[in-house]
Amino acid sequence: MSAALRRRAVLALPYAWLVLFFLVPFLISLKISVAESVIGIPPYSALIDASGGSWRLDLSGESYHRLVTDDLYVVAYLNAIKFAGISTVFCLLLGYPLAYGIVRAPRRFRSLLLLLVILPFWTSFLIRVYAWIGLLKENGLINNALLTLGVIHQPLLLLNNAFAVYVGIVYSYLPFMVLPLYAQLEKLDPALLEAAADLGCRPWQAFLRVTLPLSMPGIAAGALLVFIPAVGEFVIPSLLGGPDTLMIGKVLWDEFFANHDWPMASAVAVAMLVLLLLPMGFIRRLLQGETA
Amino acid sequence: MTHRLSPFLWVMLAVGYAFLYGPIASLVVYSFNASRLVTVWAGFSTHWYVELMHNEAIQQAALISLEIAVTAASGALLLGTMAGYALQRYRRFRGRALFGTLVTAPLVMPEVITGLSLLLLFVALEQTLGWPRGRGILTIAAAHITLGTAYVAVVVEARLAAFDRSLEEAALDLGARPFKVFLVITLPLIAPALAAGWLLAFTLSLDDLVIASFTSGPSSTTLPMVIFSSIRLGVSPQINALATLFLVAVAVLVTGAGRLMRARESER
Repeated sequence: MSAALRRRAVLALPYAWLVLFFLVPFLISLKISVAESVIGIPPYSALIDASGGSWRLDLSGESYHRLVTDDLYVVAYLNAIKFAGISTVFCLLLGYPLAYGIVRAPRRFRSLLLLLVILPFWTSFLIRVYAWIGLLKENGLINNALLTLGVIHQPLLLLNNAFAVYVGIVYSYLPFMVLPLYAQLEKLDPALLEAAADLGCRPWQAFLRVTLPLSMPGIAAGALLVFIPAVGEFVIPSLLGGPDTLMIGKVLWDEFFANHDWPMASAVAVAMLVLLLLPMGFIRRLLQGETA
Repeated sequence: MTHRLSPFLWVMLAVGYAFLYGPIASLVVYSFNASRLVTVWAGFSTHWYVELMHNEAIQQAALISLEIAVTAASGALLLGTMAGYALQRYRRFRGRALFGTLVTAPLVMPEVITGLSLLLLFVALEQTLGWPRGRGILTIAAAHITLGTAYVAVVVEARLAAFDRSLEEAALDLGARPFKVFLVITLPLIAPALAAGWLLAFTLSLDDLVIASFTSGPSSTTLPMVIFSSIRLGVSPQINALATLFLVAVAVLVTGAGRLMRARESER
């Protein structure tokens, strides 16, 4: 095989696979989102109507109309942004000191500490969310402990509400925040901080004026790695959430599995994707800037 | 950097690791609880492990999940290595921007979107080409290969970027053919990244609930699907026992990999 041919083959195989199994599926969802929901297999109308001798394009904006007029979708959409956004902030508040602490720890402990952050990621996500049910339930570990200690006299309502969803998202996505922050902070030249100290900066001033601005790319990468998948989260709101924590990912799931409304589910997916295109463009730049 | 941890950082490290490991520890402890109530301690027992051994639904699902995960990780290793190699080594080609997007987008794409659109693809393919007939292990594996390819590509690309090319150049100067250089020099040097990529793709596949639910058929219920439905029915200590077995497997793998790497380091 010639070099040019081999080169083409190395590229063509993964390219073709990703086009077929990643790009084309989105185009199909786009197509089905403008079809009409019908009873049948598959449960959507054909886009091109060939009956009556002539071809006619049959576009239906019904799903999108419902998407913007029905409160259910609007609320779920805004909820998803709210839950993902606030959880991202909490991930940052917890993850930044953690990453900073690991960078500052003695060298021989660093890789162990880092490994301990990644390790939960290798165990089942579903089971880690399940663990919080046992902790947060009405007769769960946290309530039992607080009752025994006499801190409270009535069990607190910790599960099936917004609080539980925040805890679940922060817990599940924390490693995604810590890793890019660690990578960024590790690159920081300590001479810069010494220079700041020599010039009369107090430690907190040096942090605000040197460390924090220089760690911005890590903050941005971590925030996007948490925010984007959290917007479409299904497992956490359905296991830890309640009636007032409806998120768009769960709405999509229910439209598909409970209502069998494929065009509506597709319209929800397309709308979610449009919202996420901008942050996804940023993350690609950040990731490719890292390796280039 | 001065290796000084302020009290504040000490506290944050302690809080951070307690937050990460507290829930996991509670799972393990209560897997040995004699009581069905997950939260009341009634003495040590291995009852739930015995019951897990006799749970055929879970075992059946675990076998299906393993089969899918091995297939998906191997397929993703092949495609992901090619993709990572192309991105790192082929600086210019037509459609590079699109290719870069297709490789990185699955990493962050919400699973409900990927799952739904893949299902719609499989349905459309079945309608027009008559293949795949229905959905099952094959369609789940194809979906997981797509996801895993992205992860393997990123890991391999990073490894290739950090790698000294003078060895490859020396081999080429000495007259080795490019393909032989790849097999004898490049492949052994990126082997740790390949192993990490395979394991990552394997774990992702084993863990996935959402994409598998969309792309599965009636005879292909995976382990996460069984776990999810049993959690919805109520908390069961059997799930705690299963979680503990998961953790033991991960711990064995990680320490094994650590030993192997240290052994290789000391060989040099």
